[in-house]
Amino acid sequence: MAHVAIADQEQEFHEPATFITKYIWSQDHKVIAIQYSITAIFVGLVALVLSGMMRLQLGFPDSFNFIDPSAYLQFVTMHGMIMVIYLLTALLLGGFGNYLIPLMIGARDMVFPYLNMLSYWTYLLSVILLLASFFVVGGPTGAGWTLYPPQAILSGTPGAGAGITLMLLSLGVFIVAFTMGGLNYVTTVLQARTKGMTLMRMPLSVWGIFTASILGLLAFPALLVSAIMMLLDQQVGTSFFMPALLSLGEQTDYTGGSPILFQHLFWFFGHPEVYIVALPAFGIVSDVIATHARKNIFGYRMMVWAIVIIGGLSFIVWAHHMYVSGMNPYFGFFFATTTLIIAVPTAIKVYNWVLTLWQGNIHLRVPMLFSIGFIFTFTHGGLTGLFLGNVVVDLPLSDTYFVVGHFHMVMGVSPIMVLYAAIYHWFPLVTGRYLHTGLGKLHFWLTFLGTYAIYLPMHYLGFLGVPRRYYAMGSTDFIPDSAEPLNASITVAAIIVGAVQIIFIVNLIWSLSKGRKSEPNPWGATSLEWQTPEIPPKHLNWGEKLPVVHRWAYDYSVPGVSQDFIPQNMSEAEVERLKT
Amino acid sequence: MTTQSSPDAPLNQTQWQMVVADWSADKQAFDMPWGKIMMWIFLLSDTFIFGVFLIGYMNVRMSTADSWPIPSEVFALSLGGDPIPLILIAIMTFILISSSGTMAMAVNYAYRGNRKMTFYLMLVTAIFGASFVGMQVFEWTKLIVDQGVRPWGNPMGAAQFGACFFMITGFHGVHVSAGVILLLIYANKVRRGDYEGKNYDAVEIVGLYWHFVDLVWVFIFALFYLW
Repeated sequence: MAHVAIADQEQEFHEPATFITKYIWSQDHKVIAIQYSITAIFVGLVALVLSGMMRLQLGFPDSFNFIDPSAYLQFVTMHGMIMVIYLLTALLLGGFGNYLIPLMIGARDMVFPYLNMLSYWTYLLSVILLLASFFVVGGPTGAGWTLYPPQAILSGTPGAGAGITLMLLSLGVFIVAFTMGGLNYVTTVLQARTKGMTLMRMPLSVWGIFTASILGLLAFPALLVSAIMMLLDQQVGTSFFMPALLSLGEQTDYTGGSPILFQHLFWFFGHPEVYIVALPAFGIVSDVIATHARKNIFGYRMMVWAIVIIGGLSFIVWAHHMYVSGMNPYFGFFFATTTLIIAVPTAIKVYNWVLTLWQGNIHLRVPMLFSIGFIFTFTHGGLTGLFLGNVVVDLPLSDTYFVVGHFHMVMGVSPIMVLYAAIYHWFPLVTGRYLHTGLGKLHFWLTFLGTYAIYLPMHYLGFLGVPRRYYAMGSTDFIPDSAEPLNASITVAAIIVGAVQIIFIVNLIWSLSKGRKSEPNPWGATSLEWQTPEIPPKHLNWGEKLPVVHRWAYDYSVPGVSQDFIPQNMSEAEVERLKT
Repeated sequence: MTTQSSPDAPLNQTQWQMVVADWSADKQAFDMPWGKIMMWIFLLSDTFIFGVFLIGYMNVRMSTADSWPIPSEVFALSLGGDPIPLILIAIMTFILISSSGTMAMAVNYAYRGNRKMTFYLMLVTAIFGASFVGMQVFEWTKLIVDQGVRPWGNPMGAAQFGACFFMITGFHGVHVSAGVILLLIYANKVRRGDYEGKNYDAVEIVGLYWHFVDLVWVFIFALFYLW
């Protein structure tokens, strides 16, 4: 029996009636998106506090007696893990993916709303498991966010008992949650587009989120399997990753496992994970830049193919994280080559953002400021990536603060800049009110300049040879005394930038009820999410009829038309009437 | 209703031109129901899970210092006299592959609208699946009780033998068991007539999953038992 495409189907309308079905056990993609976002931002703030504590110890060693070496390692680990997985992945895909995909492609909801709801509640369970590890005996794991065995499960490592168990369980549950969400996002983009919405008319945000979801579905299995194997090593006593070794002076029962295998599996997940975070950010920032520069995105097709190619290449570069683990030099050559090839599509994207800005009618509103900030931080982070992608340059820099500076710039600060741009950009859509512009600009400048104050000196520390993850330097011959005040200044900057985020939280809460009311399409955007009958969009998004798409998402400042943007759902006949 | 290309597209398109037409069209990229495309994507993801399991197994098998037990001896079974190598596994594999055959027939009858035959064939598939799991339980019991194989060690050689065996066949067994439950649920829906006059896509979707589990077993069989 033939089946009927969604855009040709009759719709059934039934609005959820009670408070609980509407806001708590909701199957509406918009509510689920907000649930995801609030949870992710909450754990993100926990991770921000943890990073502040780490910096206090590094900047002013031995001044705070509540931070002992174990606690420090636990802060490092939990900060990294939370930020990468539970904040960035969840907020960009679970939050923005959920909110934007159906609205931008003209669908009423995700294809399987019930599964979508289940995805959020499973994610919440994984967050609870993660946070529970702060309260168990021995505390959370202190193995570093990469959780390398053998040390991750040996008794000398903080949190080697319940901490690491909860961490691995939480990761497993998170992957189940992500799989349910990711299947939904991919299927929705492929199968639930409205009339006229071809793949090559989709806004780049959707392209980024779509490709990142596919990456997630193919990369998380490696993490799931390595978490299962490590859990078995720890709980059952198998020796997948554990060689025969001594621990605290005693021979362990392990024999013949391969710690390097874990590194391969972890980074087979870990490197695509970088792009799971980066690709949605690439997409979103493209849309924000085009909208606020009143100009079509430069080289749309190139941008799409760059996203797809980066996604594909991200699966064959993983071992560049393991140059110092020891490998055949030819492998190093191969992985260095593939790594540097990624710079080509990435550079295309950066050029195209800049060329979109070039001669544009740039409105320096807060989302645009954050987007331009992103171009700076991403370019800086990307350039240091070229250093680290080369084997010979990486060997002396590996595991120093140069690496810390690099990845914080490229996958910490940059996606977060985009997240802020996205929140300032879409807040009027979600709530019908603007965020406060003055506070927003203050937030931007302090965050942007502050991150440079934090991460630029780290590159220098890395050149000096200061190793990462160390609790304290002590007296070391090769590190000059000047590293000490530099570390202190980084800490001061980090505390200020951390505190500045309070401005943002205050702005969010204040604007929710007191913010200036926004017009239906305040930025004059062309993409479908701003063309809904009501703003904020109601349940099922589109009222009686689905929109029909007539053009791509970037018809800004079209010559000869009186209005400087043409929405995607405006037909040729309507455009004729606007001609001057 | 079913064609993706525009009505005025030439009828003599080549395969590739039709693929391009589908992918550059609006509404949907594949002419199939949501559940089916989602099952395909899920299976792709699951392929990576089993792929990583098997690659991990191959890696530890090559890197461990102890000698690997010889599978044809470990998995031999004495049926009245001499031990016959891999006989149990051969029967298990035969049953699982047969169940794929009955599943394919069930899908065929479903699309013809033959409710009764669909129900019976799904039931037979589920019984085949359940007997596979039953034999796996027997195999595990024999290994654990009679031969002393444990996840952390065994008398025959490398400790990773038991670890990989229990982990991979266990994970696969969970997949088969889930498949049996799915089959029973959907067989019951077919029997009740839930799909009468609508469509029998659900049967095919369960079938996709079942064939996948079967295909994975072929790889486990080849890489674990025959290597």
